Amino acid sequence: MKRYLAIRVAVMPLLLLGIASIVFIVSRLTPANPLVSIVGERNLTNPTIVAAAKARWGLDQSIPVQYAKYMKNLLHGDLGTSFTTRRPVLSDLWDRLPATLELTTVALCIGVLFGVGLGVLAARHRNTLIDHVARFFALLGSSLPAFWAGLLVLYIFYSRLGWLPGPGRLDPRATEPGRITGFFTVDTLLHGDLKSFKAALLHLILPASVLGWGVVGIVSRLVRASLLDEFSMEYIKVARAMGLRERTIVNTHALRNALLPTITIVAFTFAFLLTGAVLTEKIFSWPGVGNYAVEASRKLDFPAIIGVTILGGVAFLVTNLIADVIYAIADPRIRLS
Amino acid sequence: MTAVAIPPFTVQRARPPWLRGPSLIGIISLATWLLVAVTLPLWSPHTPTEVVGGRLLGPSWSHLMGTDALGRDVFIRALYGSRISLPVAAIVIISAVLVGTIVGAAAGFLGGWVDAVLMRAVDITMAFPPILLAMAITASLGPGIRNVLIAMVLVWWPIYARLLRAQVIAVRQREYVDSAVAIGMSRGLILRRYVLPMAYTPVLVNATVDFGQVVLLTASLSFIGLGARPPSPEWGAMIFEGATNFYQWWIAAAPGIAILLVVLAFNFVGDALRDTFDVKDLGR
Repeated sequence: MKRYLAIRVAVMPLLLLGIASIVFIVSRLTPANPLVSIVGERNLTNPTIVAAAKARWGLDQSIPVQYAKYMKNLLHGDLGTSFTTRRPVLSDLWDRLPATLELTTVALCIGVLFGVGLGVLAARHRNTLIDHVARFFALLGSSLPAFWAGLLVLYIFYSRLGWLPGPGRLDPRATEPGRITGFFTVDTLLHGDLKSFKAALLHLILPASVLGWGVVGIVSRLVRASLLDEFSMEYIKVARAMGLRERTIVNTHALRNALLPTITIVAFTFAFLLTGAVLTEKIFSWPGVGNYAVEASRKLDFPAIIGVTILGGVAFLVTNLIADVIYAIADPRIRLS
Repeated sequence: MTAVAIPPFTVQRARPPWLRGPSLIGIISLATWLLVAVTLPLWSPHTPTEVVGGRLLGPSWSHLMGTDALGRDVFIRALYGSRISLPVAAIVIISAVLVGTIVGAAAGFLGGWVDAVLMRAVDITMAFPPILLAMAITASLGPGIRNVLIAMVLVWWPIYARLLRAQVIAVRQREYVDSAVAIGMSRGLILRRYVLPMAYTPVLVNATVDFGQVVLLTASLSFIGLGARPPSPEWGAMIFEGATNFYQWWIAAAPGIAILLVVLAFNFVGDALRDTFDVKDLGR
């Protein structure tokens, strides 16, 4: 286990290097002058800026030297300067990351909770109407385009019914809580501001549900399948023969084993969540990384797009590692080697 | 002694799961879409860019899903969208399968450092959330549906490379392959005769589910503004127009439902195929 972990962690820098290299190649795909991707079209006529950028990123030199410089900048956390916000990409990302993390965390909770619930329901009532409805609902979540689902729920629950607040993390005129964690629901509580806490929570419901619905599909399908596998095992037959209540059999015997694969799927889900977050944040004007990426690609703000891409790759790697480790701890049968 | 009635022995072959229930609905739905996409110009009363009446009219019998901000028929436009999304997704999947097959087969057959290098490329490509990498590539190449297509192939091939490599390695250890090598059969022939037929089913199953996902991702990229541009009736671009006319829900609803129907149909069929052939989900 320790050895496995050590190897996995040791490989990380190599994978990060790979990610950075792919991004370097992508950023050099630009048919136009690569300088455009660093200083922006508007600054191309400014010789001082052009010269400074060329020196910093080594654009006047050969490709290997450029690559070396790019890596060096990256290692110093220098992702370049966004030419729409005119700030370092890294600090832009730092400001927007908590909003995305808060949204995806809540979405993940909704998704796992409802996903497990639906999966259990479907497995217990296998091949009945309940099963079919539960599976259809789950499949709907992974077939709906998140950007249209977002529009739809906003139209219904905000504009028509007025039950829930509209886009954004807080009401338009509300002041943001001082940043402690960057999670508005946590920060408002820490400041003891219950009114803002309620507002922050209500603002989360719609986007997190839209985002979480897709997760419901992935999780419930897996829980159903692995629960059905468990049902055919001997120990369940024994439990049934002993006359235990169905509820006890499902909740304390079968489900505990059936939930194990869900741990890995949660990491896999993370990629899905990030994808969904890009589109959901756009619809809900959520000031997170996804919205930043959309605005960046709309304005062809290359440093920003590339920064987000690197962040996404790194986040994905890390969650995969964490999931593997948790899985190994949770299931003693797994001997990682 | 009473005679025991023996039920007549009937050979009733059950239809395979992918020809029953939701999957059958999926197949019919896809066939209908295909038919619409191909024949649409023959019977459509309007072209997708034609101004047919007032602006932002609600749904009515003459315009089933109303009209948009320029007075174009939203329903007809959503139907025309299939003439963009379906071919784009087909080209993406076919290209990804081709590239993946070549890379995967090369890695599995040649082994050694070729295998190591190719598979690390696969790992790293799959380390990115697909939409972010596709966004970065499209933005670098320049926005447009053609570049979206290229980006999607670049994002999607690794799945098939992994799949093919696994198949090649599984088959390589069989004795009949050894004997094929012994009688001097060329690698290309072994690949064609023994490996590819084995890989056929998992590739087909994955491609079916992926087809829907590619439709979804293409629309997403267009919605973001990287793919098809506004006058085009591409579904994602139409939903973007719908988002700017928020209170005219029908403008986004028509393409939204179109995407939902197509993706749902592929998921129905893909699920049934996966159950029938017991193929593992390879991710994404």
